[in-house]
Amino acid sequence: MTGSISDRIADAQGRAKALVRNGTGPVRAAAIRAREWWNGHRRWVQPLAWFVMIAIAFLLPLLDQWFTLPIWLQRATSGGTLSRVALFTLFALGLNVVVGFAGLLDLGYVAFWAIGAYTAGILTGAADYTKGLRAGTADLADKPVWEPWMWLILVAALAFAVIAGIVLGSPTLRLRGDYLAIVTLGFGEIVRITANNLDTVTVGPRGIASIPHPEIHAGPVDLAWGTLIDDKYYWLLLVFVVLWIVAIRMLDRSRIGRAWVAIREDEIAAGAMGVPVVRMKLAAFVIGASTAGVGGVIYAEQVNFINPPTFSILQSILILSMVVIGGMGSTWGAVLGATLVVLLPEVFREFEDYRFFVFGVTIVAVMAFRPQGLLPSRRRALELRGHTVEDHLPDVEVAEGESG
Amino acid sequence: MGECVTNIVDQFWAQTRNGVTLGAIYAMIALGYTMVYGVLQLINFAHSEVFMVSTVVTLFAVRNWMGVTEPVTGVLLVIVLIGALIPAMLAGGGMAVAIERLAYRPLRRRGAPRLSFLIAAIGASLAIQYLFVLMDGQHYLLWFKLPNILGPNPQSLPEVMQTQTLFTWFGTEISNRRVVVVVVAVAMMVVLDLIVRRTRVGRGIRAVAQDQETAAIMGVDIERIIVLTFLIGGIMAGAAGMLFVTIAPGAPAFWFIGFFPGIKAFTAAVLGGIGNIRGAMLGGLLLGLVEAYGTACTGAQWVNVIAFVVLVLVLMVRPTGILGEQVGA
Repeated sequence: MTGSISDRIADAQGRAKALVRNGTGPVRAAAIRAREWWNGHRRWVQPLAWFVMIAIAFLLPLLDQWFTLPIWLQRATSGGTLSRVALFTLFALGLNVVVGFAGLLDLGYVAFWAIGAYTAGILTGAADYTKGLRAGTADLADKPVWEPWMWLILVAALAFAVIAGIVLGSPTLRLRGDYLAIVTLGFGEIVRITANNLDTVTVGPRGIASIPHPEIHAGPVDLAWGTLIDDKYYWLLLVFVVLWIVAIRMLDRSRIGRAWVAIREDEIAAGAMGVPVVRMKLAAFVIGASTAGVGGVIYAEQVNFINPPTFSILQSILILSMVVIGGMGSTWGAVLGATLVVLLPEVFREFEDYRFFVFGVTIVAVMAFRPQGLLPSRRRALELRGHTVEDHLPDVEVAEGESG
Repeated sequence: MGECVTNIVDQFWAQTRNGVTLGAIYAMIALGYTMVYGVLQLINFAHSEVFMVSTVVTLFAVRNWMGVTEPVTGVLLVIVLIGALIPAMLAGGGMAVAIERLAYRPLRRRGAPRLSFLIAAIGASLAIQYLFVLMDGQHYLLWFKLPNILGPNPQSLPEVMQTQTLFTWFGTEISNRRVVVVVVAVAMMVVLDLIVRRTRVGRGIRAVAQDQETAAIMGVDIERIIVLTFLIGGIMAGAAGMLFVTIAPGAPAFWFIGFFPGIKAFTAAVLGGIGNIRGAMLGGLLLGLVEAYGTACTGAQWVNVIAFVVLVLVLMVRPTGILGEQVGA
């Protein structure tokens, strides 16, 4: 980054200050050494580390069969809990693209999850069946069963989520960022209200039941997903999580990722340099939306039953808290955030009532004391702490006087 | 469609009456959004919780402190209304100042990006909502036992006033409740307008809104003005909470009660022109009317969607609002 002389001085000063603040203690020195070693062995260590990590993740639900685990670890590695972790990891990865990469606050993320889930509920015929069952015109023989074409519902849900994202995003992304936040906040509730009121399509407040579990019958492969706690849902979701992590890391390092950085740092300057600002923001918004759409389909097939109250605003905020706690703009942060936010209440069930209060306080505290989150993206940390290269010399002085 | 038009024509004056009452409450809340926006260029998302808290405090004051279980009349009614209004305003103002102090000030000191403020606001909102869910007399916050104020279950708002028809206007009966709401709201908004336009504090608010640095150079204490802005906005939302209790006896008071009034009041602020104080008043009134006519048209189950559609339309067609965006009105 080449700027004017004063910019570069400010930059160097900021870095020096960060060094002083973080100290050069043994932990930090070890972290630096580890990073250097990691970078030096890029060629064979990294693929190996990936392989080992994915293998461990895939084997987690089987631990319980091989070893006697303490009760909290049993709770944490049950199929139901792990698939919740994987589902929310997928959502957090998607929302991280919107909030972390592009810097857009989407408070209605649950809407796209709902769109995905309802797409599955309606296209599999479960909605019609539920309606018929309640009206007395259908009986158990009509219960929808899984057909191979139903895998395409994933694509359909992705498409619907993209369309909804474009419809919602294109008028609002042109405006000031804070308007997007409140419009999406409203949109999340609107989708829920619509699902509640439009009972000819969505069966209304009582929800859609009997959504079929997926199956694969192809040659030697013979898989049928079972009930809620089936480990296979975790594996299915894990496949998507790995795919998404790879795709998102590639996006982040691509031209699009650099455009997002530019927009986040200075929208006007980015626009002046020829970055198509609105289109890039829309891309981030839609990528986030489509992730939630895909997750929504698997969710609906797993839990078998969906109804409007599931998709409350609280879920959006929960996913946001995962992104914030893990570290905005950090892919591994999103994974860690989702894992913590899902697992901690599961492990400490005694404190369940305090859960949302604690999350709320945590969000405020993270913003105040560690805005870069637990596993910060290095570039984002600099921006969020307020030590960007734009800082002029006097500002740096003031910041020091107050923090010191 | 035809049904929609006939409904509106049939119920025109009744819905106008409903819209004006509702609009007065929206306007009161919208003032908090717009004033904070004017001074800090920040949407205070947690403002809806100020409304929630003051509604709950009103409920508590009427039911537990004053022991009102059935409607009162005469001098006693005036005392009860004032006795409810004052704690509601104090709670509203206190809540707003607390939000500023705990959620926003640390970020402001650091010069954090805009996104951080919005996220902190959402976190504060969640924390306040669930703090009140925990207040059922059985939970602890660290070592303090939380009082029994609200809890997880909705509680029915008390009936303070006996409904009486004061006069008839175009064949529509206007009840004493609605008169109280509109009179209190208009009186408070006139006072606010005078404070902002005529007093020293008001001049300070306008100066900070126009140009913070210059105002500071001219000797305005920025921190004090910011706190005062939050305080005034909170007091208005606090009064709105008390008026809501007056107008809607039997409605459920619960932790989520602030959400829709909050989002609608924000819509009202954008409709009038964000940052513009008179715009917020006008926007509130208009939104109340649109919502009332819209309800006649679509039926009550879509009532919460109408304001949202208005918001998106305003943002698409005229994002600066009717009276124009303005800081330092």
